[in-house]
Amino acid sequence: MRAPLSWIKEFVEIPAKVTPEEVSDALIRVGFEVEEIIKQGSDLTGPLKFAKVLSIEELTEHKKPIRYVGLDCGEGSDRYVICGATNFSVGDIVVAALPGAVLPGGFAISARETYGKTSNGMICSGRELGLSDDHAGILVFNQDQAPVGMDAVKGLEINDVIFDIAINPDRGYALSIRGISREVAASLNLPYKDPVDRLRELSFPETGKGVTAAIEDKSTSSVFYLRTLSNFDPTATTPLWMRRRIEKMGMRSISLVVDITNYVMLELGQPLHAFDKSKLKGGLTIKRAGKVSKFITLDGQERTLDPDDLMVCDEQQPLSIAGTMGGQYSEISASTTEIALEAAVFNQICIAKNSRRHKLSSEASRRLERGVDPFLPQFASARFVQLLTEHSSAVHVATNVAGQPTLPAKIEMNPEYVSKTLGFPVSSKEVSQQLRTVGCEIDEKSFSVQPPSWRLDLHTPADLTEEVARMIGYDKIPSILPPRPLHASLTPSQKRRKNISLFLANRGFAEVQTFPFTNQSTIDSMGFVGERASTYKLANPMSDELPLMRVHLVPGLIEVAARNISRGAKDFAIFEMGSIFRSSQVLKPAFSPEVGKRPSKDDIKKIFDSIPPQGLHVAGLLVGKTENEDWQGKPRSFNWQDAISYAQEILDLCNLEWTVERSDFAPWHPGRCAEILVDGKAVAHAGELHPRIIAAYGLPERSSAFAVALSALPQSQLVRPSTVGTMPAAVQDVALIVDEKVTAKEVEDALRKGAGPLLESITLFDRYDKIGDGKISLAFTLVFRDQNRTLTGDEVSAMRESATLTATKTCGAVARTA
Amino acid sequence: MRAEEISAWVNEAKEACASAKDLDSLKSVRTAHVGDKAPISLASRALGSMSAEDKVVFGKLIGEAKASISEFIMGATKKLEAQRDQKILLEEVVDVTLPLNRRHRGGLHPITIIKNEISDFFIEQGFAVEEGPELESGWLNFDALNIPADHPARTMQDTFFIEPVESGMVLRTHTSPVQVRTMLTQEPPIYVVCPGRTFRADELDATHSPVFHQVEGLVIDKGITMAHLKGVLDNFARHMFGPNVTTRLRPSFFPFTEPSAEVDVFFNNRWIEWGGCGMVNPKVLATCGINSEIYSGFAFGMGLERTLMVRHSITDMHDIVEGDIRFTRQFGVGL
Repeated sequence: MRAPLSWIKEFVEIPAKVTPEEVSDALIRVGFEVEEIIKQGSDLTGPLKFAKVLSIEELTEHKKPIRYVGLDCGEGSDRYVICGATNFSVGDIVVAALPGAVLPGGFAISARETYGKTSNGMICSGRELGLSDDHAGILVFNQDQAPVGMDAVKGLEINDVIFDIAINPDRGYALSIRGISREVAASLNLPYKDPVDRLRELSFPETGKGVTAAIEDKSTSSVFYLRTLSNFDPTATTPLWMRRRIEKMGMRSISLVVDITNYVMLELGQPLHAFDKSKLKGGLTIKRAGKVSKFITLDGQERTLDPDDLMVCDEQQPLSIAGTMGGQYSEISASTTEIALEAAVFNQICIAKNSRRHKLSSEASRRLERGVDPFLPQFASARFVQLLTEHSSAVHVATNVAGQPTLPAKIEMNPEYVSKTLGFPVSSKEVSQQLRTVGCEIDEKSFSVQPPSWRLDLHTPADLTEEVARMIGYDKIPSILPPRPLHASLTPSQKRRKNISLFLANRGFAEVQTFPFTNQSTIDSMGFVGERASTYKLANPMSDELPLMRVHLVPGLIEVAARNISRGAKDFAIFEMGSIFRSSQVLKPAFSPEVGKRPSKDDIKKIFDSIPPQGLHVAGLLVGKTENEDWQGKPRSFNWQDAISYAQEILDLCNLEWTVERSDFAPWHPGRCAEILVDGKAVAHAGELHPRIIAAYGLPERSSAFAVALSALPQSQLVRPSTVGTMPAAVQDVALIVDEKVTAKEVEDALRKGAGPLLESITLFDRYDKIGDGKISLAFTLVFRDQNRTLTGDEVSAMRESATLTATKTCGAVARTA
Repeated sequence: MRAEEISAWVNEAKEACASAKDLDSLKSVRTAHVGDKAPISLASRALGSMSAEDKVVFGKLIGEAKASISEFIMGATKKLEAQRDQKILLEEVVDVTLPLNRRHRGGLHPITIIKNEISDFFIEQGFAVEEGPELESGWLNFDALNIPADHPARTMQDTFFIEPVESGMVLRTHTSPVQVRTMLTQEPPIYVVCPGRTFRADELDATHSPVFHQVEGLVIDKGITMAHLKGVLDNFARHMFGPNVTTRLRPSFFPFTEPSAEVDVFFNNRWIEWGGCGMVNPKVLATCGINSEIYSGFAFGMGLERTLMVRHSITDMHDIVEGDIRFTRQFGVGL
């Protein structure tokens, strides 16, 4: 919402010494964020004159249209200038910058030779004067608006300060100069003149029968004023001051009737709509569209009406989408002589729905969905009649009204609530004084507060407290620390996540965070199927490329890796921790218990249960070499062992016992993927990525990845460490030949079982698969230790023999003789 | 055998030791002067054929001479060994300034770092860290927070909806549903912060991202006032931006707080919009079954990306979301 200072000053007597910055600060203090202070004309100096176009000579020898224009600038003699614009004709009034003038951007005007002529000045566009971004052509006026020879800096009221203000959605009343001025006055503690006051006594003689007004369903609209005017001469033009104010508000001047509807809306906040009365059949009624039908709005678009759309209709057809946009059929045209003017307050939700269904956010709908003072239709429509009859030949015919405005409900409050909420003493006297400043009426005895008609946002003592605080100033609220609660710490799962991230970062992984969106072709390219491929779809995705929620972290990591590679990175490790969204449950229709009271236990459970579980995972991707290649030579490549080992280390870090099995699981290499289980449940997968994926995304060969389902991990048990033995250890090596189908884990498990309780550790120190004949050799080091004594050679040999024997029995292992 | 001869041998040995250049030549000195065929050794052996008197005299002389010679050799050995060691160490000198960037440098994402930092700060104040799902029910994200359907406030937050739309499921537009969850499942006093990922259907540009992070705080207790809100925010702002920052509350609008405010911080010589806050709207307390006659509370919320960008002078959101490891690595683990 824009607000020119010159317009605000019409309703607030702001002393000259108050700077625009102080006005801006005053607005900010009471909750109106000034996004920009536009100082129009601050970088412009005259002379700038209104000039009449006397002659136009088209210079046709140039590549673009060039005109040599004779102007009467009221100087006694004609002045000739070169102009490249063509949107004017002889007799028009234009703005001429004379030599000596400086336009915004430091553009100095001087007499100069150009296109073989002497140009003694320049005809200006709105953009060149810093008035608008409109560079469709030069500014054109007619003689009634702009007298020849007049100083255009004054005439156009160029020197002005315009505030661009963000209005919160609860403050519909502030989408008007009336509302903004009230806030400026209150904040600066200056007297305020309500522009409505001068309209209260306004009445117009009835000269005939007007168009009747009706509201079919009282819940859709509170008040509907309909003023009929006739005898309008459509050649009437908008006075320059009004046109300039409309332009300063960021809108365009269109025609006198439309300009006045906009002007009154900007001034008072009441949207108005003017119909060409000659197009109407019978009276107007506000009602629902009722059926699906086509409707052409005044922007020329054909729209399909929803039966629920609130419309303004005559006896035959809908004429406008209420409070949102008028129809083309009954719009004011260049031949309109009779006008029916609508000023209505519609139900906010009806307008919000109209606007949303048709994706039409208009100046009118913005105000009406935020709430318009129901007493305004009377005054705003009167203001329209006043302005139109003053600036044209139009006469008032009749006024018809449906509905009646009512004041907002009274609020009973205990004034102590204010102090209790704000945290410092505010006397009840001050509470009532500040509430009066914003327009409330207070019964001092009962402290029953009547909010003003324009404050549709005040319902509760809390709302009133904000008003008091706003008026006193939020800066008066002291800063006090609350009582300190006893103790808090991260939950075990939060601690675990923090430590896993730190572990990976310290091991050389860079953490990334990707958007959790994906698409079907990515899911398919990973080879995900069934439950692992099904996910939720966004109704309004950020792009059609990414309509689905992700089902796995690795695809995102692959895309980030590819991006890093495209930017020159070669060898690196990255990880991400985040949620995945497999559609494990079908979404049911929304369950929305009534608000304002606590839902029942069952209802709360029902809400919580309606939300699908979203697994929290951590995944890592290992790309290229384990180290950067440098003067020390070539490092080795990352491989499946690294990926599996990281997954296992994460589980070790969590003090969880795990087992590992071979797996064939997307998106991994079917022969190089490990499944890691805790309590018999698969919680992690790791290994080399599928070569098809590596090729598709241009990753280095053998790129490897791991993924751990953190939300599937059990809580860690309290650690109960075994005593550390100090007696000498006995070390024994065992070399076994087994069938290549036998896994190292099976052999190790057998040896462990056979070695007995004194086995302290077992390490595979060699694996040789070049024996041939389908056999491999596995060599283990067994370390035995007793807590209390040195083991004898015989004892150790016996345990070693027992271990070997078990391996022979369970795995068919044959001891290798050197 | 004469005494002069013996002392001459000693002198010869001394000179030979002094002139030995290295441990090898010292070895020949040793052979020549204390070896089997060295004069002193021969003399020692000749003692046996001497008279008892001479034996006493020469035996003593020879013994002393032998001791001296050994001492010379030992001294020379020490000296030459030290020289040899010195030489080897010198030969082993390396350039310790050689670049050693071989190992991959890791790092946490700066959003994780700032999230940890904020969580740690509030845990120290006795606040617990609460979290919730990103795919959330519309009732928790909107209705319970006093944002009814078709209220203009809903259009403030361009929401990602999940199909079927009738399910009311959304990607949470703020972390406020975590506050509702907390109030529905815990009894006051409540002191929590809720960091997490949030979603709004914005275009990705230099300052906006459709996927971003927030941290919200919620306090519900007896006698909580807006002054307490200000106290906590002042403390928090000093922690995040340095001891000299000042804060400013400006009236604002949020359906779930009343009164509501924007909180600005004065940082790097200008006011920065940092977040929103206010006293929890009694309507929200009622929906969560908290008696607002007994309890009151405040809530606040900030964008983590914004906080990070302001504090670290980051000008492009793309750097935060694209996952370029060169960006992330600069933050280390935030220590």
